[in-house]
Amino acid sequence: MKSASMENSRKMIQVLTYAFLALGTIIMIFPFVWMILTSSKTVPESMQIPPTILPQEFTLKNFGDVMKSLPFVNLYLNTGLMILFRVICAVVFSSMAGYAFAKLKFKYKNLLFGIVLVQMSLPSQIFIIPQYQMVAKMGAANTVFALVFPGLVSAFGTFFLRQAYMGIPTEIGEAAFLDGCNEWQSFYKVMFPLTSSSVAALTVFTAVFAYGDLMWPQVVTSDVKMMTLSAGLANLRGQFTTNFPVLMAGSLLAMLPMIILYLIFQRQFIEGVAMTGGK
Amino acid sequence: MMNGSEPKRMKQGKLSAAAKREQNWGWFMVAPTIIGLLVLNLWPFIQTLYTSFCEHLGFGHYRFNGIQNYIDVFSRPEFWKATWNTIYFCILTVPLGVFIALLVAMLLNAKIKGRGLFRTVFFLPMICAPAAVTMVWRWIFNGEYGILNQMLGTNISWLTDSKWVMIACAVVAIWSNIGYDAVLLLSGLQNISKSYYEAAEIDGTTKVKQFFQITLPMVSPTLFVVLIMRLMSSVKVYDLIFMMVEDTNPAVTSVQSLMYLFYRESFIAGSRGTGSVIVIWTVLLIGIVTVVQFLGQKKWVNYDV
Repeated sequence: MKSASMENSRKMIQVLTYAFLALGTIIMIFPFVWMILTSSKTVPESMQIPPTILPQEFTLKNFGDVMKSLPFVNLYLNTGLMILFRVICAVVFSSMAGYAFAKLKFKYKNLLFGIVLVQMSLPSQIFIIPQYQMVAKMGAANTVFALVFPGLVSAFGTFFLRQAYMGIPTEIGEAAFLDGCNEWQSFYKVMFPLTSSSVAALTVFTAVFAYGDLMWPQVVTSDVKMMTLSAGLANLRGQFTTNFPVLMAGSLLAMLPMIILYLIFQRQFIEGVAMTGGK
Repeated sequence: MMNGSEPKRMKQGKLSAAAKREQNWGWFMVAPTIIGLLVLNLWPFIQTLYTSFCEHLGFGHYRFNGIQNYIDVFSRPEFWKATWNTIYFCILTVPLGVFIALLVAMLLNAKIKGRGLFRTVFFLPMICAPAAVTMVWRWIFNGEYGILNQMLGTNISWLTDSKWVMIACAVVAIWSNIGYDAVLLLSGLQNISKSYYEAAEIDGTTKVKQFFQITLPMVSPTLFVVLIMRLMSSVKVYDLIFMMVEDTNPAVTSVQSLMYLFYRESFIAGSRGTGSVIVIWTVLLIGIVTVVQFLGQKKWVNYDV
């Protein structure tokens, strides 16, 4: 039996919970709203004091301007291809290695897995100077290959998918052998499909990380046509120091593809990050 | 022949044909990853160590010069300032950010409608490129026309005043990471059995006591993971500060992190020897922080559940 005062305090807590969450939502959303509003104002209006909230003179000119100063089609393409190749490499190579480390017996397995663990515990910046020199020596600067380069293999992906394969009972693989599969068939026909949720998580993790990464694209691209969206934006900042409507239009264009993907695949995004969390 | 079964060894330690086959498959399947890691990571790691003892003569040519780079770097005030900036950034962002994230996670864990929607909103900054998000914050923090000064009725040059610029960066960092940390903490909270709270309700324990006696100890392993991950990534902070404060801004020395200095040193000034020293120093700093955390965890992380 509940007393009236307890019922009241429960209601209070509920109201406070919603109030805090609403406040938090406003704080989280505000920068995005302000970006969209500013991107459709004229430059003089954006500098007006006191500021206008809604654009008095709605304009799309800023989007035209930003596309003239930054080759957005190239940026989308470069970023998209970089993400695509990094995801393919991470998924294919890490699945193979993760399966082998979890389920196969071979000599030097622990030593080789040690290499994976060492790489995981070192921050990526410690590899950057020599990696850049390799790219430069190959004459590959300003190419999509250079953008993909550090992501050709993934120690984290290997570690993460090894965990996934370890969670699959060995009997399932043995059953595949009895059905006449060899090691490879048992891997890709039987075991690989069972790791789909982990593969999805690794895909999200790899894509979000590659999309946000700034230092590597800055280092290996000097030609703006070969930049990623992030590096292109850093470049744009130098060109338009005070033209904020154009900068906001650029930011919006850079965010839009990932936001759309996020709104479609929300659950996969959030669960993927929660699963890979800790890295 | 089969995975998981004991390797079938013949006399004198020789592998049976099936075990041999399994071994070859194992090597074949790890080969791309291992070769990649050796070429892309292990070898570069050794090279970075070596480069830190060399003078860069340009065009990838080096000359060994002993510990000169270390002497140069350690005698520069700019380097110690960057080290302090990095530590200060961690102090400002990590405890407060993780605390707010825990609060948000607890709110989201309550019986509320629209939890999915709130979660989506809080998580949003995570999927946006830091470069794009930070550009928006630059506009909000702009000293002359920015909306923040208008709302607060202040006239602060957030991005060029050395007193405020780090605070501005810290706000953006906390805002960016709350959702990610909250999602991780939420999954920790959801693992706590409801029966603990039901028992506490029957005993008449207050909500505050419930938090300290049930929630905090039970979520502490997740909290530890979040803290350590957040601390490690904060020591490596680069993109956010770089986008907020360009290297021609006079306030850059007040906010420049170690990785920012590393980038300028290695790729703008082209001094890769000293750049390597800075990155090695940063790795050591991360190592120290991690070890301290792991030693400290015994005092507060509860693994008995």
